[in-house]
Amino acid sequence: MNHERIKEKLEILADAAKYDVSCSSSGSKRQNKNKGLGDSTGMGICHSYTEDGRCVSLLKILLTNVCIFDCAYCVTRKSNDIKRAAFTVQEVVDLTINFYRRNYIEGLFLSSGIFKSPDATMERLVRVAKKLREEENFNGYIHLKSIPGASDELMREAGLYADRLSVNIEIPTKAGLKLLAPDKDHKDFIQPMKAVKNSIDLYKSEKKIIKSTPVYAPAGQSTQMIVGATGESDRDVMYSANFFYNKFNMKRVYYSGYIPVADDSRLPALGTEVPMMRENRLYQTDWLLRFYGFDVREILNDQHQNLDMDIDPKLSWALRNLDQFPVDINKADKRMLARIPGVGMKSVHKIISARRYRKLGWEHLKAIGISMNRGKYFITCDSREFERRDLTGIQIKNQILLSGASKYSKNFTNQLSLF
Amino acid sequence: MNELLQYDGSFNGFLTAVFDVYAHKLKNPIIQKTSLAQDQLFGEMQTIITDQDKADRVFKKLKKLCGSNDFNQFYRAFLSEISGIENTLLDYCRITFKNGTSPSGDYGNITVLKMSQAAKMVGREKHRMEAFIRFHLIEEDVYYANCEPDFNVLPLISKHFKNRYADQKWIIYDLNRDYGISYDLEKVDEVTIQFNDPRAQRGIMNTGVVEESRFRESENNYRDLWNQYFKSTNIESRKNMKLHLQHVPKRYWKYLSEKVA
Ligand code: SF4
Repeated sequence: MNHERIKEKLEILADAAKYDVSCSSSGSKRQNKNKGLGDSTGMGICHSYTEDGRCVSLLKILLTNVCIFDCAYCVTRKSNDIKRAAFTVQEVVDLTINFYRRNYIEGLFLSSGIFKSPDATMERLVRVAKKLREEENFNGYIHLKSIPGASDELMREAGLYADRLSVNIEIPTKAGLKLLAPDKDHKDFIQPMKAVKNSIDLYKSEKKIIKSTPVYAPAGQSTQMIVGATGESDRDVMYSANFFYNKFNMKRVYYSGYIPVADDSRLPALGTEVPMMRENRLYQTDWLLRFYGFDVREILNDQHQNLDMDIDPKLSWALRNLDQFPVDINKADKRMLARIPGVGMKSVHKIISARRYRKLGWEHLKAIGISMNRGKYFITCDSREFERRDLTGIQIKNQILLSGASKYSKNFTNQLSLF
Repeated sequence: MNELLQYDGSFNGFLTAVFDVYAHKLKNPIIQKTSLAQDQLFGEMQTIITDQDKADRVFKKLKKLCGSNDFNQFYRAFLSEISGIENTLLDYCRITFKNGTSPSGDYGNITVLKMSQAAKMVGREKHRMEAFIRFHLIEEDVYYANCEPDFNVLPLISKHFKNRYADQKWIIYDLNRDYGISYDLEKVDEVTIQFNDPRAQRGIMNTGVVEESRFRESENNYRDLWNQYFKSTNIESRKNMKLHLQHVPKRYWKYLSEKVA
């Protein structure tokens, strides 16, 4: 192996893959078998963090950054004048195994530019995964990118070796996609999602009948949307996400604030700041939908098309629905507890557990770890002291912003520490 | 007057101490590791001699009343080695033995809350070690890693590494506590190594001079490639060192291959 050459390829092909923000390596059920290498039954581990604060859990690379397409938002686009490179199948296998053995990574995230045809590209990706599983007895995590336009047959094969498959929808609205990726068809994204969902369903039902049926993409599928490239609203973004969650059983939707990579009149200018705060608010909203029992229409609708930047979406919802508060900590059901600003899901469970023993007052709530700064306006508990109840939403908001100034001016991220 | 019970720092030693507290009906004992030796403050002092039989009896009773979840918390809190944790855990035993069941989830109770917080901190450190252990292939085809965890978490991570690296020999060594765990393709054992150069031997330390010759060429190459990957995957326009440090506190850097200067 020529070290310098491999190093150069790694530099180019990791750099080109880094804009894909999905990093999760959890949710799979692939146990170590026959004393082979690796195990992906756990929660997935971030082995390191980049200097921009994102989790590094997978070796995330492109097989090649040669591409016949010219999507405006993509560094790899044909018209971009950059160095090109390509890994061989064996090189990717060796890197993955050797990084894994040193506990650098949870597995491989492999994507690619489309170098000849969607099928030729997809076939090569599948070959890497097959080799890892069958020749190296590798049980670590493998995430393969579905190439839009690849055949159902290849998608089916991919799912036999990969833990997760994903195809990036990239642009949340059809009109935006038409503008920025004229040679791509919305259908080309939807088709592989459908194929994967159908196969997952099929293998699940077969598994019930025949025990030995192989696992098919056990960690499911995910997708990513770039936000801030085409002027879409937060409502557009979250309604699309909601559609994917419901329609294709997506495990995760990722939101990636657009990073200007091209000088193109259709796009925000080079040097435009990455909309990190907006990205953070979208992730918070996503959490409210997946774990807190909110309906997307409660948070975003005709009256409220974009998320507030200065406060989190749960607080924002609560301020618009003051009639539902205050919530009695000692009586309220789980659903309502989860809706109190400053109370996360872990605190909800602690409250429910602790109040079996005694009535809870402010001191208990503080000790449990509730953010009182936000919570106190929305709670009654076992105490005579309480906040004034005659404040308007705007007054509450101002008090919270004043008292917690540092919290809201802090830098934001999509590694969530929420509510 | 408080009575000071000194034990050897082991879990069994601690359980023996709990047994003796009950056997001798001690009212206000303080249980402390021998190594902390603050005896001058106390009137009476007693050395606990670890007794497997006594420890087993406390262990069995506690586990039966607690169930495995709460017992796990109890054990994890013990591994935190936080000063005073022994007495928190003794209180926990008292409540449990008195009520005939553990005060599960009674977070309004300070003992329960303290224990769960200690257990949580240990849990986080366990997770960090699972993430930040960096193996180096050394001469004998053994993958070796040094570490210095904040808490005593090796007993908690051995299963994880055994499952994951079933087909390679490995050693993870805690330099702070001077013992390690070693897997020989069959089982995991505790080991102590006599180092010539006590702190830096074999594992990589990123501070000071790294003797490159300590590893084979291919080993250095993989470290170098990982380093390159780490650099290339960063997005400069999103740089946020504050967040980075929150996730990867500086004290862990010296064993992280990607942090080689
Ligand atoms: S097809 Fe994919 S890799 Fe090629 S330019 Fe479009 S987004 Fe980039």
